[in-house]
Amino acid sequence: MILDFFEILLNTGFWAATIRIACPLIFATLGELICERAGVLNLGIEGIMTVGAMVGWTTVYLGAELSSGVICAALIGAIFGLIHAHFTVYLGASQHVTGIGITLLASSLSYFAFRLILPSSTTPPKIDAFQPIHIPILSDIGFLGPILFQHTAFTYFAFLMVPITMWLINKSPFGLAIKMAGENPMALEAQGINVLTIRALAVMLGSALMAVGGAYLTMSAFNAFYFGMINGRGWIAIALVIFASWRPQQALFGALLFAGLDAYQVRAQQLAGAFIPYQFFLMLPYVLSIFAMIIAAKKTRYPKALLIPFRRGERH
Amino acid sequence: MRLEAREHVPDWLKFLVPISAIVIALIIAALLLIIAGAPPIESFYYLVKGAFGSKNALAETGARATPLILTGLAAGIAFRAKFWNIGAEGQLYAGAIAVTIVGTGAVNLPSSVMIPFLFIIGALAGAAVILPSVILKQFFKVDEVVTTLLMNFIILLFVSFVLEGPLKDPMSLGWPQAASIIDTGILPQIMDRTRLHLGFIISIFVAIVLWIILETTSFGFRIKAVGYNSSAANHSGHSVARTMILVACISGGVAGVAGVTETAGLKGYLTLDLSPGFGYTGIAVAMLAALNPIGIIFSAIFLATIYVGADSMSRAMNVPTYLADVVVAVTVLSVLVSLVLTNYKINFQSASK
Repeated sequence: MILDFFEILLNTGFWAATIRIACPLIFATLGELICERAGVLNLGIEGIMTVGAMVGWTTVYLGAELSSGVICAALIGAIFGLIHAHFTVYLGASQHVTGIGITLLASSLSYFAFRLILPSSTTPPKIDAFQPIHIPILSDIGFLGPILFQHTAFTYFAFLMVPITMWLINKSPFGLAIKMAGENPMALEAQGINVLTIRALAVMLGSALMAVGGAYLTMSAFNAFYFGMINGRGWIAIALVIFASWRPQQALFGALLFAGLDAYQVRAQQLAGAFIPYQFFLMLPYVLSIFAMIIAAKKTRYPKALLIPFRRGERH
Repeated sequence: MRLEAREHVPDWLKFLVPISAIVIALIIAALLLIIAGAPPIESFYYLVKGAFGSKNALAETGARATPLILTGLAAGIAFRAKFWNIGAEGQLYAGAIAVTIVGTGAVNLPSSVMIPFLFIIGALAGAAVILPSVILKQFFKVDEVVTTLLMNFIILLFVSFVLEGPLKDPMSLGWPQAASIIDTGILPQIMDRTRLHLGFIISIFVAIVLWIILETTSFGFRIKAVGYNSSAANHSGHSVARTMILVACISGGVAGVAGVTETAGLKGYLTLDLSPGFGYTGIAVAMLAALNPIGIIFSAIFLATIYVGADSMSRAMNVPTYLADVVVAVTVLSVLVSLVLTNYKINFQSASK
């Protein structure tokens, strides 16, 4: 019996599932990370993922290419990011309330539009989504091949986003400006760079990534759109950003760790479901998110200007 | 164009905030109705008729406003102290579970004792589940937004567990629902042959009590001080931690009471769809009322009108009911804009000086 729980770890299916489950979390965590590095908490994440999932799916359902679906999802994410930035960056409204408002707006609009497009479908139709690509030679390697090299293009794209974001944040001039906007906006303004523009661009870029994370669910995982399908993944991503201390490489680690526990939970459920109700397994990701935040809390160093609106000419 | 802080906000401007927010929300609703192919004026007619057109419609609106007043108060008092409790949904269900445990036969008291007892149990349960979040915030610096949000999912899964396990009604033929609250615990109707129940009056009573606490007691003053600037409040000798924990418990407790009104008042038993997001809508209720408890009564009735009216409108005009959720979301955002615009003057001269 105990051995069965270890055997899960030897199963290539478990490791491949971990990689897949990590993808939406990677996009969402990187997106939130970029927003927060610029000094803006984006609680719109859950709704922006929902709208990305809906728009990506619908674009393909209506006959467009898969790649157009991803681009449309990113665009709608950026639009909601612009609304968020308009409120929080330009008007200086409460980031908490704006974020919740964006989540309510983006998800209710998604459901409204989905119901308009498909007035009465009990079983949501599926699309021809991204298919796994078997990378020649590499995918034939024993054990590692099926785990790492038999995924969809969308999955590889998620993992590629990690070094891209690392470069963006750590090496590019735009990333430097983002970090300054989140740490010391006065100094950035003193260099003649518009803090508000940098923050707005960061929120739009981050929101686009969140929406792409949502689109992953409808275009590479479930291949259909369901009501409530984001299911708290956005909130988990916010916890992961804190757990990752606002660093992209640690965000990848956190996302993989969580995905691994989630994939393990599903399989352990089949073994222990008879004596532990399945709801307790489903609770694990949320409970662990809280624990991850407690562990990270001691060393947490929030971006200094997070939550503080910047108004030109006003001193803080 | 730039924003300049107003030194004094005139009273007429404060009233303009909710009114302009409602107007913006209705304009956006009209646009969506046009997109959906429904004539807006006729649709709005069905909405108003559905919410106020008959005795039954009025009662439904009042019944829907009841949990919204309570979750609105839960958000309102917490936000005043800048404690971001987004977990009213979970706290509501905690209250509902608690009254199901004690109210389905385990305790049997005369009605006049049983009903107050159920309210106390529900409030305690709501306060109990918010406690981890406020303790983690005050003593471990863990952000309460995320913990209260995540608790919603944990509690909802727990509800699903109890409805399929320990609290499942054996007579329910496979439906995941709990046994009914016993007769002495059911909140009496206050309008004949409708679903409007005592909970409506209780929610208004809670609003008035909270208003008195906020406006006239030193505790109410401390809440504002903590919300305005927690480090300054600390220097003035008050314990911020104690105020914060108390505020959180009141907030969670009031949300727990909403669980009682829905379980023992409206439905009579606990199900997984007891609340269609009342906890989240409560945030909109509180914002629309500028966090004022008395204002929350009215903004809850307004948003209940939208929900109840949208139900019958969507039947008549064949428009998705999610329109009501869009109106709620737009209300939150337009209140934010209006608040900023009333607290700041717009100077249209470019910032060239």
